[in-house]
Amino acid sequence: MKYLLLIYSNPENWEHPVFLRHPEFLAMPASERAALAHESEDLHREIRESGELLAGAALADPLTTRTVRVRDGSPTVTDGPYPEVKEHLAGYLLLDCDGPERAAEIAARIPDARFAAVEVHPIMALSGQEM
Amino acid sequence: MSSDGVEDLLRRHAPQVLAALVRRYGHVDTAEDALQEALLAAATQWPADGVPTSPAGWLITVASRRLTDQLRSANAARQREERDAAQRPGFSPAADTPPDADDTLILLLLCCHPSLTPPSQVALTLRAVGGLTTAEIARAFLVPESTMAQRISRARQRVRAAGAVFRMPSEDQLPERIRTVLQVLYLIFNEGYAASSGPDLHRVELTAEAIRLTRIAHAARPDEGELAGLLALMLLTDARRPARARPGEGLVPLAEQDRTRWHRPSLDEGRALITRTLSRAPLGPYQLQAAIAAVHSEAASAADTDWPQIVHLYRLLERFGPNPMVTLGHAVAVAMTHGPDAGLRLLAPLHDDDRLANHHRLYAVRAHLLEMAGDPAGALEAYRRAARLTVSLPEQHYLHRRADRLTGH
Repeated sequence: MKYLLLIYSNPENWEHPVFLRHPEFLAMPASERAALAHESEDLHREIRESGELLAGAALADPLTTRTVRVRDGSPTVTDGPYPEVKEHLAGYLLLDCDGPERAAEIAARIPDARFAAVEVHPIMALSGQEM
Repeated sequence: MSSDGVEDLLRRHAPQVLAALVRRYGHVDTAEDALQEALLAAATQWPADGVPTSPAGWLITVASRRLTDQLRSANAARQREERDAAQRPGFSPAADTPPDADDTLILLLLCCHPSLTPPSQVALTLRAVGGLTTAEIARAFLVPESTMAQRISRARQRVRAAGAVFRMPSEDQLPERIRTVLQVLYLIFNEGYAASSGPDLHRVELTAEAIRLTRIAHAARPDEGELAGLLALMLLTDARRPARARPGEGLVPLAEQDRTRWHRPSLDEGRALITRTLSRAPLGPYQLQAAIAAVHSEAASAADTDWPQIVHLYRLLERFGPNPMVTLGHAVAVAMTHGPDAGLRLLAPLHDDDRLANHHRLYAVRAHLLEMAGDPAGALEAYRRAARLTVSLPEQHYLHRRADRLTGH
């Protein structure tokens, strides 16, 4: 099963890994911060070595995002992302893993899940069973 | 011989040759690399020079030479061992004696080692026993080649770290290990059992590969009832492939399939196999699923199907443990025998089952039964819910089509 994990964050300054800039993270004791940063590295190593990670990317600051709309045949381009929210899309992971439980387990271990949220989207497949 | 013919020949011999190499030298990963080089040499030399009298022997000799070279350069201590072993005939079987089906089964058991996750078992099996290239496996599973290479190399390391040896497991371990092999082979089969042709045509190869590997395992253990049952189930299911998809329309449900397009030789073989097995071996879930498929295969249409017989088989299947998917099949058969309300009553408790409460199949079956019961509004809602829940594009197309039909679109 393939899943797209969308990692949201609300950072003071946009720098990756984004959670390192989150006010709630910065308020944590140094030892906890170090432990969390380690967990994050361990998770990435684990899913890379297991072959579960297909792709992933960190996204640039929402300031650089542009939204394109075509209305009545004419395109307009505006600055900023589509939804006007506090939390922004910070990056994504594309996974191929055992099932929804494993995808949720990986999402829960992404530090940004503690400060904002990680969305887990199943990806549509081309095969199916007859009914 | 044409290069296509050589390719077939190489594919047939690859698992035997690999098994012989692993048996003789250990080292699944180095043996596999050596085999690839031998295959490459054969693919270039045989079409020009002709096929040697013993293709397997030729491949084993060339791969062994390559393997010894590799081991020698990689490890001086290993080299001493090799020399030592070579000086003691009878210490281990010579690699160039013709291997048998048992060897391939041992290789399968090794690739389906319990220390691996199912995706790794699948990848390693296709690579080491199926002889597919990493690129082919990656393409079939729609993942990057580097990911698949990573998965296979990790799987090899794990098997090695778990201390697995090339040997038939003891009689008391064997049933459990064979169960895992069955699951892995069925996973490969289902992955390839794609609805539509066209862009995913290459996945059909997975179905063919699963059937080929199950055949080899069945040849090694002909009395293993569930192995025979799985092979029969695959043959009977795969036989429907020509009828189960229409271009541009996605899935064709069992009830609407043009049964004259079902593949007759596979149906006959599957039916004969399951009939023979049921009278001999202890009963198991794969055999029962094959028996259900066999009953379907005997009917000229959905209406002509011996549904009471299918209800009976589902009841037997449920005795092997609670399984909501089995209950769904059972509910359909009951609805066809005793009417839709009886089927819907069987479905009711599943809505409280966490595993199924958000599963599209529950809503798809419910929709069909509500439509049968003359409740188009309820059916429409269930079809739409099922279409939203499925992650399969062909299934989604089919479910939307059923819903549209109810609204007169």
